Amino acid sequence: MRSEAGKGLTLISPTLVYALLLLAAPLVSIVLLSFWTQNFLTIERVFTTGNYAEALTDPLYRELMLRSLRISGMVTLLTVALAFPVAYYISFHVRPDRKSLWLFLITIPFWTSYLIRVFLWRVILAYDGPVNSGLMAVGLIDEPLSWILYNANAVVITLAHAFAPFAILPIFVSLEKIDRSLLEASRDLGESKAMTFLRVTLPLAMPGVLAAVLIVFIPTVGDYVTPRLVGGSGGTMIANMIYAQIFDLNDRPMGATLAVLAMMIVAMVLLWGISRLRFWLWLADRAGGGVKGMAVALAAALAEIVALRALFVLGPALLVAGAGVIVLLALATAGSILIFLRLPKGRWGI
Amino acid sequence: MKLTPLTVFAGLYLLVLYAPIALLPLFAFNDGTVIAFPLQGFTLQWFAALLDTPALHEATLNSLIIAVSTSVFATILGLFAARAATRYNFPAKGGIVGFIMLPLVLPEVIVAISLLIVLMQLGLDSGTWSIIAGHTLICTPFAIAILQGSFSNMDRSLEEAAVDLGETPWSTFRLITLPLVTPGIIASLLICFTISLDEFIIAFFLSGNEPTLPVYLWGQLRFPARLPVVMALGTILVILSVLLLVLAETFRRRGLKRAGLKDTGGFL
Repeated sequence: MRSEAGKGLTLISPTLVYALLLLAAPLVSIVLLSFWTQNFLTIERVFTTGNYAEALTDPLYRELMLRSLRISGMVTLLTVALAFPVAYYISFHVRPDRKSLWLFLITIPFWTSYLIRVFLWRVILAYDGPVNSGLMAVGLIDEPLSWILYNANAVVITLAHAFAPFAILPIFVSLEKIDRSLLEASRDLGESKAMTFLRVTLPLAMPGVLAAVLIVFIPTVGDYVTPRLVGGSGGTMIANMIYAQIFDLNDRPMGATLAVLAMMIVAMVLLWGISRLRFWLWLADRAGGGVKGMAVALAAALAEIVALRALFVLGPALLVAGAGVIVLLALATAGSILIFLRLPKGRWGI
Repeated sequence: MKLTPLTVFAGLYLLVLYAPIALLPLFAFNDGTVIAFPLQGFTLQWFAALLDTPALHEATLNSLIIAVSTSVFATILGLFAARAATRYNFPAKGGIVGFIMLPLVLPEVIVAISLLIVLMQLGLDSGTWSIIAGHTLICTPFAIAILQGSFSNMDRSLEEAAVDLGETPWSTFRLITLPLVTPGIIASLLICFTISLDEFIIAFFLSGNEPTLPVYLWGQLRFPARLPVVMALGTILVILSVLLLVLAETFRRRGLKRAGLKDTGGFL
């Protein structure tokens, strides 16, 4: 009889081979392509980093990349902040036999045509749409609001709505896992309801919150439909540029470069965010916790963000343009790796 | 039920979640070409217009072919992986399963353009088969998630008993395991069908000149005069999705009941 490991590997091999052929191989090939150039219709197979230099220095690509990160960041913040109370309500206040009904109700909109849901927001927010015509009929506004459609705000609203269920499920799962006797213990030992939430519930729910952040942030950075339908020119994101490079400008290597860069930058931003969060939480505990600890951690966080921002704005001028960005990203990543290696996972589960 | 601020918030949240979808039927039956309030009166003409649009029928047929093939392929691949992951321990298990589940978090644009570029470089024409391949890739993780639930809910001693009573591994699987996970398989087929039917980005990049339903819809969005028809089509699609989901959820619950377990949550 074959070993258990052998059986398991044999059984999973069809799925694995499929994923290797259709996911790994294509991903490797876009990385390869990003180092080549396109000369009208033929691909020049000479290794060059020119695409990356162009992508990192061209102000248009930079602006689109930063805007994508900014929009996704806001969407993530909004989605998770609104989802947490709902997940908490379902886990702690809904009768156990009703929980699955609630979850089902929340997931239904997620499964119904993404395209139509996004398009409906264009209808809703339109100049002569229900929101404007409704508000005017009631007499709250005299003329249609112009800041709600064809800009970044509209993209944020629409994406936050589309990704809402994604955020609720992981938070709900981590809240369900919390041993309720821990909360009782905290109350018995004299902590108030609010402090019990802050010191017991929230840290234990953190892995779910983190999962929600990842599940919302990563796909929204690469969203194509929403910016196209409701974004206008001010809400265009990196995926639209990738599409334009491949189909309209016929520069596949540049499209591949932007896609690879987008993935790498998202990975780096998440690495930075998660590692710094671990560091700041550790700092807060080291400084004695409570208000004082929070102030110290907040000061450290602000200091690093301001410093990074200044370096990012000044960097290209001080160093060679493309190289400056790379040096900066390398430094931030090295810091993240250092934190992950030196600091163990804290009680917040991050 | 007590009316706490949290209850009110959760209720409002649900309301906002459903508000856009609620608009669909309103304007699909509205007798006016402009999508705005006040409503103009009741009509069925937009649904009638759907019937005499041949391009739409072709796109629908395409979508159905793709969705059925995808759901079968993804569920078969999901069965292998879910069975392996729940039954056996093998080296690099976490890494392998994690890699297979990757399309769940990877932006679809990345999956779509990497597949497209490979096809272009190989000089192959994209079309229905390439969309099936792409959809199978993104649906497999969902199939695995659902089937893993069914497999891990199953009582292992039932299989052991069958083997002890002289059944071969294959007949054990056919007579004991398969019937127990059938509700999971049906749920997985339905979910994969729904995802594939709705999926836009991969179909958009790979469809060439054989549009799927969402790709056809995307083309229609440019024409303001076609909007009421789009609303009518959207209404049908949403109703269809909800029906499929309710069906999938029913099968999932039946599976849980068969395994003698209490219901703990939704699909994912």
